[in-house]
Amino acid sequence: MKILVLVKNVPEVAEAELEIDQGALDLEDLEMVVNEWDNYAVEEAVRITEASGGEVHLLTLGNEDDEDVLRRGLAMGAHAASHLCDEAFEGSDPATLARIFATAVKGGGYDLILTGVQSSDLGQASTGVLLAQELGLPHATMAIALEPGAGEVVVTRELENNTSEKVALPLPALVTVQSGINQPRYVSIMGIRKVRKMTIEQIQADDLGLAEEALGAAASMVDSQSLALPPMGEGAQMLEGGLDSLCDQAAAILREKGGLA
Amino acid sequence: MSGVLVIAEHRQGALREATLECLGAALALGGEVTTLLLADAPDSLAGELTGRTHGLKLYAHPDLAAFNPELYLPVVIDAVQALQPSLVLMPHSSQGMDLAPALAGRMGLPLVTDCTGMSWNDGALAVQRAVYGGKAMQELTLKPAATVVATLQAGAYQAAPAGAAETAAESITLTELAPRHARRFLEYLAGVVEDVDIAEADILVSVGRGIGGPDNIPQAQALADALGATLSCSRPVADAGWLPKSRQVGTSGKTVRPKIYLALGISGAFQHQAGMKNSGTIIAVNSDSRAPIFQVAHYGIVADLFEVLPKLAERFGG
Repeated sequence: MKILVLVKNVPEVAEAELEIDQGALDLEDLEMVVNEWDNYAVEEAVRITEASGGEVHLLTLGNEDDEDVLRRGLAMGAHAASHLCDEAFEGSDPATLARIFATAVKGGGYDLILTGVQSSDLGQASTGVLLAQELGLPHATMAIALEPGAGEVVVTRELENNTSEKVALPLPALVTVQSGINQPRYVSIMGIRKVRKMTIEQIQADDLGLAEEALGAAASMVDSQSLALPPMGEGAQMLEGGLDSLCDQAAAILREKGGLA
Repeated sequence: MSGVLVIAEHRQGALREATLECLGAALALGGEVTTLLLADAPDSLAGELTGRTHGLKLYAHPDLAAFNPELYLPVVIDAVQALQPSLVLMPHSSQGMDLAPALAGRMGLPLVTDCTGMSWNDGALAVQRAVYGGKAMQELTLKPAATVVATLQAGAYQAAPAGAAETAAESITLTELAPRHARRFLEYLAGVVEDVDIAEADILVSVGRGIGGPDNIPQAQALADALGATLSCSRPVADAGWLPKSRQVGTSGKTVRPKIYLALGISGAFQHQAGMKNSGTIIAVNSDSRAPIFQVAHYGIVADLFEVLPKLAERFGG
């Protein structure tokens, strides 16, 4: 089975205090990491090919530094990687990204295309399904299990409230992968070093034959956007004091509200 | 029409609350609201929609018992073409994530997802969205377009109250569905209930990414034991396999309402908050003073949870 996985570098924000400068995120102190959902997708693809043969190709869109995300995926066991790298792509909305990816992917002969459910930055959860429409493929989102078979793949989709469903898609198909589907393997620095000489295909706008006005911010559905830190609002009553005092106060609240002795 | 078209959502014989929230948002935007309900027996689900939408189109076909985007899309596309709404709105749910981008892609319509607020700004849709795991808010204004597709975050709007609109219903029996692809629904799977039901607990000690790794779980368990509490977690902890999925609080896990919810090292993304914000008393411990969890907590402590854990347990004989 020939599998394509879309991967993306995102700023690591889980443990970071964000700073917003003039309506945009200040990236200076943030580390770029593989989007968590994409990491699960790469792992799933590599496992499928380890179990039943085939190859995994990776595709990302980003600047020169984002090549990291491809090296990381190659170290996990992917076989080839392509990098859409061109200033003309910057500021593209999900629909434009889907058109760029579709143009780059067409004729690749993929049986299965995997993306993360969403990315941890803007969390639009759109690009994968939009790509499926561009390519005329069936799709399913929120996969927490994949069972590829002859001519079809059975996808377990996570629904709300601790429920899931199984659906069958004819191949080729596009599936978006939910976090927790597997336990992704550890990637060591040594592992990344081993793949440093693998050639990564570079793709620019000209190679795709896409007109510049059909790309980037010019083609975006978005007129204007800005970021702000969330309003603190009413929020919590913040307890003050040293560690012992904080724990005393917390214990008093637990006793009062929880009826504890 | 220039109004809002809402795509209703139902599962296993029940209408989903998120649909009523979309109707609340649609009515707040103003103009005519039309709801599409596709089901095997839509009449049985129509009652909750009546009085909350102006137009109600009930599409019936035996194969529409469970959601399938391939079966929905031709019907929804026809309705959009006929009604020309300014906005097509649906929940940002497992269904909305499957349907909205496919609809937008096939019709070439602009799409904005997971909105927490929306308004019209000179004929252009302006929305708010939570981004970067709830640590920032995005304000977005779209370029003017005849029709826009959007999905709404669960809980962002109140459900439309009954009697908010006078409803004219129309029943349509579909004789033929026209899927583009042969996607098939196979079955529903209920979640596994393992050792404990966290929804039954009076006190939950809940751990997030900040717990760092499986080796630190016993420390949290020790505090839970000292408090007579049950241990639960946020999504990253269950995803990593540090605690079983049955312990997960949130949209895709369990909704809990204990007397006390003690959140340790949980940043508090929306998906988590949705599962615990109605707890009696919420105490949050996090090292980041701007963590979104402090928005829903009643009491907040900015501290290293590994310093707090043993000292707090001590106070309860742990």
